[in-house]
Amino acid sequence: MPVYSEKVMEHFMNPRNVGEIENPDGVGEEGNPVCGDMMTFYIKVKDDRLEDIKFKTFGCGAAIAVSSIVSEMAMGKTLDEALKITPRSVADELEGLPKNKYHCSNLGAQALHKAIKNYQSKKKKGGGKS
Amino acid sequence: MRKIYLDNASSTPLLPEVREVILPYLDEAFGNPSSMHEWGDTPREAIETAREQVAQLIGADAEEIIFTGSGTESNNFAVKGLALAQQNKGRHVVVSDIEHFSVLNSARTLEKWGFELSLVPVDKHGVVDPADVVKNIRKDTVLVSIMHANNEVGTIEPIKEIARLTREKGVVLHTDAIATVGTIPVNVKELGIDALSLAGNQFYGPKGVGALWVRKGVRIMPLLDGGVQEGGRRAGTENVSAIVGLGKAAELAEASMTARIEHLTGLRDRLLAKLPSRIEHVVVTGHPENRLPGHASFCVEFIEGEAMLMLLNSQGVAVTSGSACTSRALKASHVLIAMGISHELAQGSILFSFGLDNTAEDVDYVLEVMPPIVDRLRQMSPLYAKFIKTSKGGK
Repeated sequence: MPVYSEKVMEHFMNPRNVGEIENPDGVGEEGNPVCGDMMTFYIKVKDDRLEDIKFKTFGCGAAIAVSSIVSEMAMGKTLDEALKITPRSVADELEGLPKNKYHCSNLGAQALHKAIKNYQSKKKKGGGKS
Repeated sequence: MRKIYLDNASSTPLLPEVREVILPYLDEAFGNPSSMHEWGDTPREAIETAREQVAQLIGADAEEIIFTGSGTESNNFAVKGLALAQQNKGRHVVVSDIEHFSVLNSARTLEKWGFELSLVPVDKHGVVDPADVVKNIRKDTVLVSIMHANNEVGTIEPIKEIARLTREKGVVLHTDAIATVGTIPVNVKELGIDALSLAGNQFYGPKGVGALWVRKGVRIMPLLDGGVQEGGRRAGTENVSAIVGLGKAAELAEASMTARIEHLTGLRDRLLAKLPSRIEHVVVTGHPENRLPGHASFCVEFIEGEAMLMLLNSQGVAVTSGSACTSRALKASHVLIAMGISHELAQGSILFSFGLDNTAEDVDYVLEVMPPIVDRLRQMSPLYAKFIKTSKGGK
């Protein structure tokens, strides 16, 4: 087992916001099972804020912890604020990740951003809610 | 909380008798075996006793045994040393697709040094077909290396048949028997091979010690140059205490092999039979019958190995996995991929390897804690969610 911080272990053992959203406003998927990590983020947006976030993750301890903390970091934030969440800030929030697990923090941030971009592109096409 | 060690494939504990026999060599018998004075005598004799014990275990002559610092060193020594010793005859080597990295990467280094390498594929159980080995042998082939049993999935290879064919072709055959020596009967004369690797930490001996057996008459180039230890074939002051421990472990293994096999097989078969009935979408990997007595390896669909490991660890159960996340290289097990298992399924690999201390209660405990762990991770998994949706939609 890689040396994980207490915070990572906590989020792995008790992940927040696991699940799906029916009729989500945006969906973002990143990674693939071939690589060993895959995350799907579902978001609900109200007044330009992330009203609800849920995720499903296939992956290791770090991947699950990252998904959980990203959902926590982004909950209630404006879309712009959430888009500013970086892999670095995710790793910092988790009090560090082993070097070979940094890519998990990339995946988490990217999956969330994808969900937001998905929502924004739907909105542009006039099909999304505001 | 119950603590159950089920990772004997990685390392086994020292048996008390082994620890006992090692201690003096960490204490008053500290001399260098090469020293030509009284302090050298006891360590020197002890090493030769260990040599006899190891030779006895594998049916070899003592003088054919070279002590090394690990199974990996034995494999490096064998692959590089045997190939280089014969490079005037040719520069082509053949190894299987599922060899341990210490064999595979040694062969890749030979490639960098101008050798050519052919890889023999395996079937879905990880079995090497002797005919496929022969197909790869050319006029300039100087070495074939096929493992006796695979450490990840337990499959035992038909080495005797392969040896018959390589002998016909006049090609040296080395076998990585690190997973088999000390666990199942291994007799080098019966197998008909030319070289064999073994390691102490696989059969209740110490870490940091192994051996390479090379049949008398087969030439090998030393890996480690220096003094004339090990008959000039492996320089370096000997790890006396570890070698002594290895010898004792070999002696104990020979004496109780049948009983050990029976004990391990019982536990392995119990888990192999019952786990798939407690968990859906789980695949047993490796050959169903010809497998190591203590190896129960599976792939669990829709979830990832390291996460399984961590949850099992939190319940006191220690195992290992071949998932990408558990490998430093972040690649899924090359063994499972070579067996035709999809990358996705290979991520859910898990290996339970039993040891002498394990009991049927340990198996039952695993059967109790695994299903909730698998359920929990599947509830989190987008792959499982997709599967549920498509199977519902298909009805």
